[in-house]
Amino acid sequence: MIAFTLRRLLVAVPTLFLIGTASFFLMRAAPGGPFDADADLEPQVLANIRASYDLDKPLFEQYLIYLRRALTGDFGPSLVYKDFTVTELIGIGLPVSMRLGAMAMLIALLVGASAGIVAALRQNRLIDHLVMAMAMTGIAIPSFVVAPLLALLFGLYLGLLPVAGWNGGAWRNMVLPVTALALPQIAIIARLMRGGMLEVLRSDFVRTARAKGLGEWRVVSRHALRPALVPLVGYLGPALAGIMTGSLVIELIFNLPGVGRYFVQGALNRDYPLVMGVVVIYAGLIIVLNLLSDLAYAALDPRVRRQYR
Amino acid sequence: MSAAQPLPAANASSPSLWRLAGRRFARNRAAMASVVVLLLIGLASVLVPMFWPHGIEDASWEYIMAPPSLDNWHWFGTDANGRDLLVRVFYGGRVSLAIGLMTTLVALLIGVSYGSIAGFVGGRVDGVMMRIVDVLYSLPLLFFIIILVTVFGRNIFLVFIAIGAVEWLTMARIVRGQTLSIRHKEFVESAVAIGMPKPMILRRYIVPNVLGPVVVYVTLLIPTNILVESYLSFIGLGVQEPLTSWGLLISQGAGAIDSAPWLLLFPAGFLAVTMFAFNFIGDGLRDALDPQGR
Repeated sequence: MIAFTLRRLLVAVPTLFLIGTASFFLMRAAPGGPFDADADLEPQVLANIRASYDLDKPLFEQYLIYLRRALTGDFGPSLVYKDFTVTELIGIGLPVSMRLGAMAMLIALLVGASAGIVAALRQNRLIDHLVMAMAMTGIAIPSFVVAPLLALLFGLYLGLLPVAGWNGGAWRNMVLPVTALALPQIAIIARLMRGGMLEVLRSDFVRTARAKGLGEWRVVSRHALRPALVPLVGYLGPALAGIMTGSLVIELIFNLPGVGRYFVQGALNRDYPLVMGVVVIYAGLIIVLNLLSDLAYAALDPRVRRQYR
Repeated sequence: MSAAQPLPAANASSPSLWRLAGRRFARNRAAMASVVVLLLIGLASVLVPMFWPHGIEDASWEYIMAPPSLDNWHWFGTDANGRDLLVRVFYGGRVSLAIGLMTTLVALLIGVSYGSIAGFVGGRVDGVMMRIVDVLYSLPLLFFIIILVTVFGRNIFLVFIAIGAVEWLTMARIVRGQTLSIRHKEFVESAVAIGMPKPMILRRYIVPNVLGPVVVYVTLLIPTNILVESYLSFIGLGVQEPLTSWGLLISQGAGAIDSAPWLLLFPAGFLAVTMFAFNFIGDGLRDALDPQGR
């Protein structure tokens, strides 16, 4: 288990390095600079601005400067939000995005898994068809359609919840964005969970458990649940990536001060350091959380554990 | 969509399998209805903008944000510039469907070549190639599309390539798995024995025989890519005015949702129906091609 963790970490470091390098050179290959809008500046002023951001140095030197700073968690000043460093901006946005994402993930797992289990236990009955129809709808209708509709219904027509804004993270402001973020994941998780559960319920050891007279609840909770969870754990990584990307539009729609909004603004304004900083931090986060989900995978499935010993 | 009749010449050697699958598919009512719906949406997207009395950029001052009605041919209403929504929805459908198909084609080309090479060559090459896929797989690839689009400008062809270039991973995995399973079948060994060059074996024997699962995945990848494009357009990094797509229309509709909800509901409705149809077709094809898998 420890060797497995170490080996995965050994892959993670070069991966992160490659991501940083690739995003650096891609950003610099871009035609047009961040100061294009100020084109009427004196040439000397422009040169001074460029020099103060190290943009006048040779490309490779800029790369080395970038690497050295990135190692200490410093991604330089933002080119657009002039009074902030990228690290400060991410520091402001990350708690918001993390809270949003964690809540959505938690709800998606709880609701999705329970719905999937119920559907599997009542296969081909009304509730199964209902859950699967809802799951299909959740997959077909993207969150950026659901979110405005939710805001319209609960915010404007019913007046129950605020239409947008963060308000210091009050729960009333969280309900709609978290719901919109969780819905597509609930749909996918419910389908996965149903599939996994159906397969396990057909297996011999469940038949044995039933044969020795265990009640339905004990069969499910003590025997079927753990193996049925395995495919779900394998999906945690992609689910996380899905929630992170989903959070970009959700933050935009509900006007929340998260990382996603800064990222989109940065991409639209060619704010290189901001975009690179977000990509590197998010990639790092994903790598760490993927590692954790792999460890959970190994903990749940002894066959996987043996493979890595 | 043509995906409903995946009968390339390469499969002439085993027509009965595909014909049986076709028969099973034809019996699936949801899938067949979806094929009809998709054909209708596709045809309307091509034809309606040609013959509708309004052009996509014709603004009329008398009809600003007019709700849907039958007068003056504004069946879906008009937008904030007085442009007819119906013609814009179908024109956006052209763009969205074209992007869905083109990006899937790019992903198909990369994924099938990458996966079949990895699976056929095997050994250490395979290990390294699939390790790269694993690493890429665990990253939020939409961020990379956003970087690509940021860097190289918001050009519609770039959106094609950028989406296709990151959505090939699952395809590569599927193809590799299939290739591994047929690599040691007799007909491949016999081709090796008569000294056929490897690229030719790949093209003639491996690729045609791994197409079944690929076809299923393609019908699921097209809607995924349409969604990715809508997502990009929604945040302002995809299709740009005066061109339009369902994603861009949805984004404009979402901004005016309290005063003109039809601007969101019509494009979102078409997008959702298309998603449903592709998913039903994908499920139908899977059941038809793999009768034991149920």
